[in-house]
Amino acid sequence: MTQRLIVVIASLLFTLSAFAIDTGKAFDDPEMQARYERLIAETRCVTCQNQSIKDSNAFIAADLRREIQRLMSEGKSDEEVAEFLVTRYGDFVLYRPRMTGKTMLLWIAPFAFILFAIFAFIRVLRHRMALTMDDEAADGGAAQ
Amino acid sequence: MIPEIGHFALILALSLALCQGVLPLIGAHRNDPAMMSVARTAAYGQFVFVAISFGCLIWAFVQDDFSVLYVANHSQLSLPTVYKVSAAWSAHEGSLLMWIFILAAWTMAVARFNAGIPKVLIARVIGVLGLLSVGFLLFALLTSNPFERLIPAAIDGADLNPLLQDPGLAIHPPLLYIGYVGFSVAFAFAIAAMISGDLDQNWARWTRPWTIVAWLFLTLGVALGSWWAYYELGWGGWWFWDAVENASFMPWLIGTALIHSLAVTERRGLFKSWTLLLSISAFSLSLLGTFLVRSGIIVSVHAFATDPTRGFFILGFLGVVVIGALALYAWRAPELDSDVGFSPLSRETFLLLNNVLLVVATTLVLMGTLAPLIVEMLNGGKISVGPPWFEIAFMVPMIPLVLLLGLGMHTAWRKQSTGPWIRLLRIPAIVAVLIGIVLPLFFYGRVSLLLVVGCAAAAWIVISSLILPVRSWRREKGASAITRSALGMSIAHLGVGLFVIGVTIVSAFGVESDRAMRQGETLDVAGFEFELREVREVQGPNYTAIEGVVEVRRDGEFVAVVRPQKRQYLVQKNWMTEAGIHPNWNKDLFVALGDQLGDGAWSVRIQYKPMIRFIWLGAFIMALGGLVSVSDRRYRKSAS
Amino acid sequence: MNKYLIPLIAVVVLIPILILGLQSDPRELPSQYIGKPAPEFDLPTLKDPQKRVSTADLRGQVSLVNIWATWCAGCRAEHNFLMQLHREQVIPIYAINWRDNRPGALDWLAQLGDPYVASGFDEEGRVGIDWGVYGAPETFLVNAEGHVLFRYPGPLNRTVWDQEFAPRILELKQ
Repeated sequence: MTQRLIVVIASLLFTLSAFAIDTGKAFDDPEMQARYERLIAETRCVTCQNQSIKDSNAFIAADLRREIQRLMSEGKSDEEVAEFLVTRYGDFVLYRPRMTGKTMLLWIAPFAFILFAIFAFIRVLRHRMALTMDDEAADGGAAQ
Repeated sequence: MIPEIGHFALILALSLALCQGVLPLIGAHRNDPAMMSVARTAAYGQFVFVAISFGCLIWAFVQDDFSVLYVANHSQLSLPTVYKVSAAWSAHEGSLLMWIFILAAWTMAVARFNAGIPKVLIARVIGVLGLLSVGFLLFALLTSNPFERLIPAAIDGADLNPLLQDPGLAIHPPLLYIGYVGFSVAFAFAIAAMISGDLDQNWARWTRPWTIVAWLFLTLGVALGSWWAYYELGWGGWWFWDAVENASFMPWLIGTALIHSLAVTERRGLFKSWTLLLSISAFSLSLLGTFLVRSGIIVSVHAFATDPTRGFFILGFLGVVVIGALALYAWRAPELDSDVGFSPLSRETFLLLNNVLLVVATTLVLMGTLAPLIVEMLNGGKISVGPPWFEIAFMVPMIPLVLLLGLGMHTAWRKQSTGPWIRLLRIPAIVAVLIGIVLPLFFYGRVSLLLVVGCAAAAWIVISSLILPVRSWRREKGASAITRSALGMSIAHLGVGLFVIGVTIVSAFGVESDRAMRQGETLDVAGFEFELREVREVQGPNYTAIEGVVEVRRDGEFVAVVRPQKRQYLVQKNWMTEAGIHPNWNKDLFVALGDQLGDGAWSVRIQYKPMIRFIWLGAFIMALGGLVSVSDRRYRKSAS
Repeated sequence: MNKYLIPLIAVVVLIPILILGLQSDPRELPSQYIGKPAPEFDLPTLKDPQKRVSTADLRGQVSLVNIWATWCAGCRAEHNFLMQLHREQVIPIYAINWRDNRPGALDWLAQLGDPYVASGFDEEGRVGIDWGVYGAPETFLVNAEGHVLFRYPGPLNRTVWDQEFAPRILELKQ
């Protein structure tokens, strides 16, 4: 398995730290171009060690960029582009996890944690406030 | 011969570490001064032998001893000497030895600088550190011996990975490890306290300087890693939420919570179980980080190439250490509840929120990092969690935190009266919001909600951090000279403000352009003209390179010349990109050379990075604040 | 329950997950088509651009679909084994010649032998992407209904064959 990967990488003359360059703009329309750049930044290169297809020099990355460009010029939406990629490579290929089933928890987590934290915080605060009032009562009302 | 000495020294270090680990702990239990004093001697001894071992490894590199397998794999005759030295810690075995060396150094420091700390506590601390050393030494000797021989010796080595042939390798790992490993001291103090059952304000005062120093080194280490990735990897990014980056960031987040929590424990005897748990967590996350990087469990350009056997060993060690510590915690923590109170508007409140928000942030980062693994284990297939998720998730606890930061600093302990507080802070708050709107609009021509929030938060933190130092400087209202502790706090928080400004501006206004260019052509990016004047071949000490000479002008006026290169190293034959960067205090101009396309055209990536240096400047200032804080008189007093 | 036990419990839960994680290969991507119909393709053959090879050809028998290219050293390594399979008439092998150049590929087959029933010439790599290929060589096991049963990423050899392919093919025959 590792042998195979070394072989692939060597064969692809994988440049260690290069990055992906298209020969020109993919789209003339700045909005489409911006959308394209965002999509390719969020798509994972399937052969590389954790790089987006925007930054990768591997030819698969170039192929995938070309496919995304084609899909966008056919008028496909972001979801449809994601669907195309996921059908072929699975959720692995998306750096932005989809908000479905197993990854739903990931998107809920930040807000759930904050809510939980706020509740816990308020509880502790109430407890400490009560202790302060006990202190004050014990001191005969002279608070520090 | 030298490698054998190195190997043998390591074995001796192990036996000393065993003494250091076992005897003082027994001695502390029995209150036996003789056994406890073994701690210091053993610690010094272990350090000497580990230093000898590490020195032998470096010697083998400098002497081009390719009969040592590790040297043959990571060095080469024509490698510049400075890189031969840093190659010693460029891969798993050598960097593990460096870890052991740094742990021994910290231990020696604790053995040397502990005036005023009870002998029993110190004996336990050094004992725990000794046990940790035993674990790492066993790991090295049993699975990762850097002195393994290569028979017959190689004629020449396989060369150091070109990505690592850079000053960054000389500085980033050592700084990072000093930080990572430094948290073991706080950990040891926590274990010692849990064993004895004594955790009081003195304990916090003794632990705090050690923790701050570790934290400041980790800050520098992480910041340097980010900077190195920026200029070395060629794509102009400074943080990718890669698993290994996260592995260094999580201890930092918890470490930050820890130094703040220690402040509360020291001052008011509160948050004891928080402080304990944070001490355990910081080092546990360091261990987890080591595991993630060295076990082969994740894919990352940062990960060491290694095998699962080593992974099992580290995991076993991690399990024993963390479960042991947390079991002690579950036992002792219930006894630590104090009856002290505080009112809603108090510094304690803000520091409690600080703890909570940082822990939420860390948990989220941990979740995102481990999610792909967990989902796969639950047979959910392979998923990826990348920057799009991390950036949003991280913002959720961080935005409130940066806003609260400016308030907490000026809030009194136990109870702050609202009147003076509001009077102090309302003008800075208003000014901050105004700056938040004006700055992006005036300098960059655009506003958005996120931009305003980011700039306003940064301005708010900066202004708020300056209040105390400025007041003290002007001796306002009879204010006394500011303590180093408070000054350090102000400086460190100022650093945070600078960091936020850097991140906000570069994220919002950075421009990136990938184009094909021929010699003589000019490209316009972000108001600058970039002309590719020529492309030529150059020679380096152990590489040949194709260099592009790019002249940058603004409105026709000369700004700079940058020379991006594509290097081919002689041995490994891989091509590497060296970006041409023109740095400036308020912007970077970044040019990288890509592939040669047909008919004399080259693909070029040009980036405009406004305020990016503030990111690393901010981190550096944070570390400086830590340094100033630690030099406070009360840590240098010998009596308790 | 002592609330201070929570961190301990969390770690105790985490460790087995990490242990399991150590045993899987982080670089291996599972195929999305296991148990599903093979992705539709229709390519000109390598030898004769006028002829076509498509998914329809896969139906009616159990077959292999091998992804190969001349620039791929692993393909060279597994070629002898594929020739063996061909000689022993074990299973028909179709191929997708992925991102290659025609003359070079034809040369290769001429020199080393052609174990394939037909090679589809996927110059642009579109079919490779449709099949979720992420490196070469890869070999798919396809059943008579045209469904993908298994994908092996890497060079084939006798050991892999005996462990992964032979048992599955045997199962189909029963």
